[in-house]
Amino acid sequence: MLLASLVEPSFGLIFWMTLTFLTVLFLLAKFAWKPILNGLKEREASIADALNEAKRAREEIAAMNARHADLERGAREEREGLLKEARDIRDKEIALAKERAKAEADAMLARARADIQNEKKAAIVEMKNQLAELSIQVAEVILKEKLADRAAQQSLVDKVMTEAELRKS
Amino acid sequence: MSLKALLRLASLMTGALLMGPVSAQHEGHDHGHDHAIEAVAAAHDASEGQHEEAKTGFDAGALIMGHIGDEHGWHLWGHTSLPLPVILFDTERGLQVFSSSRFDHGHATYEGYALVDHRVAAVDANGNVDEAASANIWDISITKNVMSLFVSLGLLLIIFIGVAKAYTRRAGQAPTGLQNLLEPIILFVRDDVAKSAIGHKYERFMPYLLTAFFFIFLNNLMGLVPFFPGGANLTGNIAVTLVLALLTFIIVTVNGSKHYWHHIFAMPGVPGWVLGILTPVEILGMFLKPFVLMIRLFANITAGHIIALSFFSLIFVFGESSAGAGFGVAIGSWAFTVFMTCLELLVAFIQAYVFTFLSAMYIGAAVEEPHHH
Repeated sequence: MLLASLVEPSFGLIFWMTLTFLTVLFLLAKFAWKPILNGLKEREASIADALNEAKRAREEIAAMNARHADLERGAREEREGLLKEARDIRDKEIALAKERAKAEADAMLARARADIQNEKKAAIVEMKNQLAELSIQVAEVILKEKLADRAAQQSLVDKVMTEAELRKS
Repeated sequence: MSLKALLRLASLMTGALLMGPVSAQHEGHDHGHDHAIEAVAAAHDASEGQHEEAKTGFDAGALIMGHIGDEHGWHLWGHTSLPLPVILFDTERGLQVFSSSRFDHGHATYEGYALVDHRVAAVDANGNVDEAASANIWDISITKNVMSLFVSLGLLLIIFIGVAKAYTRRAGQAPTGLQNLLEPIILFVRDDVAKSAIGHKYERFMPYLLTAFFFIFLNNLMGLVPFFPGGANLTGNIAVTLVLALLTFIIVTVNGSKHYWHHIFAMPGVPGWVLGILTPVEILGMFLKPFVLMIRLFANITAGHIIALSFFSLIFVFGESSAGAGFGVAIGSWAFTVFMTCLELLVAFIQAYVFTFLSAMYIGAAVEEPHHH
């Protein structure tokens, strides 16, 4: 009889089990499982959102850093360019000034040289004139001395005449 | 999962485990559980040298059967029992409600009713069982198992509605306390049982799967507690596993897709003459699946209780021959029962998992959409 009681389901327990289990199933589904599962799902969604957001923020920061570095590099390049340009301009200016100064100096030198030449020429002319005058005076003196007699005068004329003749022929 | 294996299991159950105790009871004057208690007392007395010839000695079978079975009233200790209401619906005499203490542990007759082998039967004035009148009795008494059922379901309600409040009150925050303890298990049932076995349609079945899992798990654990309000063998009771398996069967059948029924009645890609064999097998399988669910849980939990009680009984069986042997065996029995209880803790979880997982698998097969080959 006890064997039967073990493997033969009793009506009372089936009755109470069905009734109360279904009631509790309904109550738990409504008041426990629904809020619990919703809570879990919401929490998981919010965690996933937070993680995604953090990832996005990280990426944004990385992008910003890259942009920043780009800007910095750009600025540096620009500065270097400006400096180089300034240097170039300066060099060009200096070169130009040098050139101009040199040209001026050359011109001045040339002018000075020309002046000197002219002065020299004038001095030579004057010297020549003075020398000629002096020689004439000397010659006058000499001539006056030498050509005091008539014979000397005649020989000289002859001599000059001969020379002139020789030159003509 | 063959029918043969099932039959073998059933015959093993009935034969090896039960026949021994049953035949032993037929020899003695069986008064069920009380008899066992008195036998224990008798064994104790005997060791002190006061022989009582009236008793036939310690009856391990009766003790074990008394513990794993059901009873009117809840035995607490010694001769103290918690009386429980007896509710009878008699098709002739109408509704009858009285306390189980009226039966005086099966010794007394009340209003023409008496306990015969733990069951309420109608008796005549002389105390003889009236089979015809007994057939009219629908016994819906609050027995030990029903009481245990109420206690466990009440606990489930208190625990999980409390935990649910934590989820709404502290929405989006990290779990604390009991919520923290149960959340991994809830997630386990959701992710590793429901999602993996059913697929994306799992949400509709979560309430049943969670309730079944925690109901079985809690009652398995309560069954391991040897004193009130534990100790009842609820998940090892075939009526309870029957209702659970029936619910799974109903859910599977109601949610069966066209694809599912097509596979049962006309398996695609199978020649017509094979269908003649296959379709009956498939239809049998439909009923066999929940039947196996019922037997598996019942047998596992009941076997655990029987083993633990058997080792305790060994102490008294040996104690009957000599007190020294009783003490000697007690040490071994104690050690082995501790080991078995640890194992049963594992079994408590595994069986709850297996029942829920297989239910989910069957539901998954029923709601499955045809694959695009």
